Amino acid sequence: MQSRESYSMKECRADFPILNEKINGQPLIYLDSAATAQKPAKVLAKVQDYYQHQNANVHRGVYTLSQAATDLYEGARNQVQAFINAADWTEVLFTRGTTESINWVSTAYGQQHLQAGDEILVSYLEHHSNLVPWQVLAQQTGAKLRYVELDEAGRLDLVDLRHKLNPSTKIVALTHVSNVTGVINPIAQITSWAHQVGAVVVVDGAQAAPHLPVDVQALDADFYAFSGHKLMGPTGIGVLYGKKALLEEIPPVQYGGEMIEYVGLDEATFQPLPWRFEAGTPNIAGAIGLGAAIEYLRSIGMAQIAANEAQLTTYALKKLGAIEGLQIYGPTNGQNRTGVITFNLADIHPHDVATALDQEGIEVRAGHHCAQPLMRYLGVTATVRVSLYLYNTAAEIDRLVASLVAIKEYFVDDFT
Amino acid sequence: MTLHNLDQLYRQVIMTYAKHPHHFQSLSADTGQAVTKYNPTCGDLIKLTLVIENGRVQDLSFDGDGCAIFKASASMMTDLINHKSIEEVQRLSQQFSAMMTDGQTSAALGDACSLIGVRKFPTRIKCATLSWHALDELLIQN
Ligand SMILES: Cc1ncc(COP(=O)(O)O)c(C=O)c1O
Repeated sequence: MQSRESYSMKECRADFPILNEKINGQPLIYLDSAATAQKPAKVLAKVQDYYQHQNANVHRGVYTLSQAATDLYEGARNQVQAFINAADWTEVLFTRGTTESINWVSTAYGQQHLQAGDEILVSYLEHHSNLVPWQVLAQQTGAKLRYVELDEAGRLDLVDLRHKLNPSTKIVALTHVSNVTGVINPIAQITSWAHQVGAVVVVDGAQAAPHLPVDVQALDADFYAFSGHKLMGPTGIGVLYGKKALLEEIPPVQYGGEMIEYVGLDEATFQPLPWRFEAGTPNIAGAIGLGAAIEYLRSIGMAQIAANEAQLTTYALKKLGAIEGLQIYGPTNGQNRTGVITFNLADIHPHDVATALDQEGIEVRAGHHCAQPLMRYLGVTATVRVSLYLYNTAAEIDRLVASLVAIKEYFVDDFT
Repeated sequence: MTLHNLDQLYRQVIMTYAKHPHHFQSLSADTGQAVTKYNPTCGDLIKLTLVIENGRVQDLSFDGDGCAIFKASASMMTDLINHKSIEEVQRLSQQFSAMMTDGQTSAALGDACSLIGVRKFPTRIKCATLSWHALDELLIQN
C-alpha cells in the first residue's frame, strides 16, 4: 500500500503542470476537484495534437484527414464504453456534460413516458442539475416529485426509499455520489428495487465516475450521466449512457446536421444510435481529450485510485475532526464515501474561511454547492467544501489543517 | 502563514460591526417596507426593512445570513441612512457604488470607507454591495 500511495503522491503529481502554479505567492493546493478536476499533461497534449495534426470535421469528408478525426472521435466513444462497461458502444452518447445528459433524459424520455399521477423519486442529496429538470417535468406532466429522506449520518434512508417506491413511480433519479457529503449510494440495490415496480433509474454519476470503478451493467442503471471535466478531461464534453432498448424508443432532442440520413422537403429520416442524438458538429476535441483522460485514469486503475483516495479521506476526516469547533456534515468515517468533505468552522462564515485559505494558496469551495434543498435539510445556509483527487497528498491536508487553526485564531480570538 | 494579507480586508472596524451588527433583526416583521435579496452564487441573504415617513427613513432593520463583509457592510449602511432623507440616501448609495467600482472614497460614507479594502478581493465585492443593492431596490419601489 505504501509504495502505491507514494506513486499517487509523487509521480502522479508531476503529471499535472498546473500544480506548479503559485497562488497569492503560495504553492497551489487544489482542493476543489469536485467542481472540476485538474488535467494531466497527456490530456492537454492529446487535444493540442488533434488540433495540430488531425483537425477536420467528423463523419463528413471522404478525405483522409476527416477519417482520422472520425477515428479519434469514435475511438473515444469506445474508450468510454470500456470505462463504464457498457454492453454496446451505441449506448454511449456524447453530451455537453452531466447537466445536458440529465436534461436529455427528462425531456426526451420523461415527457414521452410520464403523465398526471405518476411519481418521480429523487433525494435530498441531489445537485440542482438532477433536481430542477425533474421539477419542470413534474410541472409539465402533472407528475408528483417525491423525496427520499436521509438518516442521521446523511445517507439515504433505504427504508423510506422502499416505502416510497410504488407502481406509480416511473422514474427514480439519484446521485451515485453526493457532491456535498461524498456519500456513495447503493445504486445496484436501489435499481433492483426500482425495477420491481417498473421504474426507470437515472443515475447522476458526476461525482462517481471520476473516483470509483463504474460498471453500468452491474449497477443495472437505465441511464447514467457524467461530465468529462470532473474526470480530468476538457470542459464541454460529457456522457449519457442509456440502455439500448430505452434509447431506441426515445426521440432525438435536437435536429440538424450529422443526425440525419435522408432529408426531403417536408421530412427527414434519422441516423441510428448513437448519432441520432448528436446533432451538429460535436465537441470533437473534447471527446478526444476525454478519451485521453480515461486512458490516464485506467493506466493507474480506478480501484487503485479509489483505494488511495479512501486512505487520504480517512486521514483528512480524522485531522479535520480534531479541530475544535469544526463541524463535519455527513459521515465522519471513511467508509462508503469519497473525498468530498463539507464542514463549518466555529461561527466563521464559509466565505471568510475560503478567502483566508485562498491567501494560503488553498483553493476550496464555499457556498451551497448547487444543492440548496440539501443545505436546508442540514440546517445550514452555506458550508466549506474540500474535495480530493489522486494528486492530493497528506502533506496538503496538514497545510489545510494548520491554516484552518490559524484562521480560527485570526477570526475568533483576534476580534473578540 | 500569510494571513496578515487579510488585515486589508478584515479591518478591526469591519469585524466589530460584523460581530455586533446594528439594526439587526430590530423591527417586527410587519412594519415598514421590505425587500429580500439573495446572491445565488454564494448564498448571502438579506431582508431589509425600512420605515419611511415624510420622505425620510424613520426606522430600519436588516435580517439575513452571510459572511463578515456582508454583515459589516449592511450594518454600516443602516447606521448611515437612518434618519436621512430619500435624496441623501440615494446620494450615499451612489457614493458607495463609486467607491467599490472606482476606489473613490467620500467622507460622507464614514466607517463604510473601511470597506475599500474589499476591492483587492474581487470575489468578495458582491458581499459588500448586496445590502446596498437591496436598498436601491426598495427606493425604486418607493
Ligand atoms: C453531483 C453532480 N451532478 C451534476 C453536476 C453538474 O455537472 P456539469 O456542470 O458538468 O453539467 C455536478 C457538478 O457540478 C455534480 O457534482
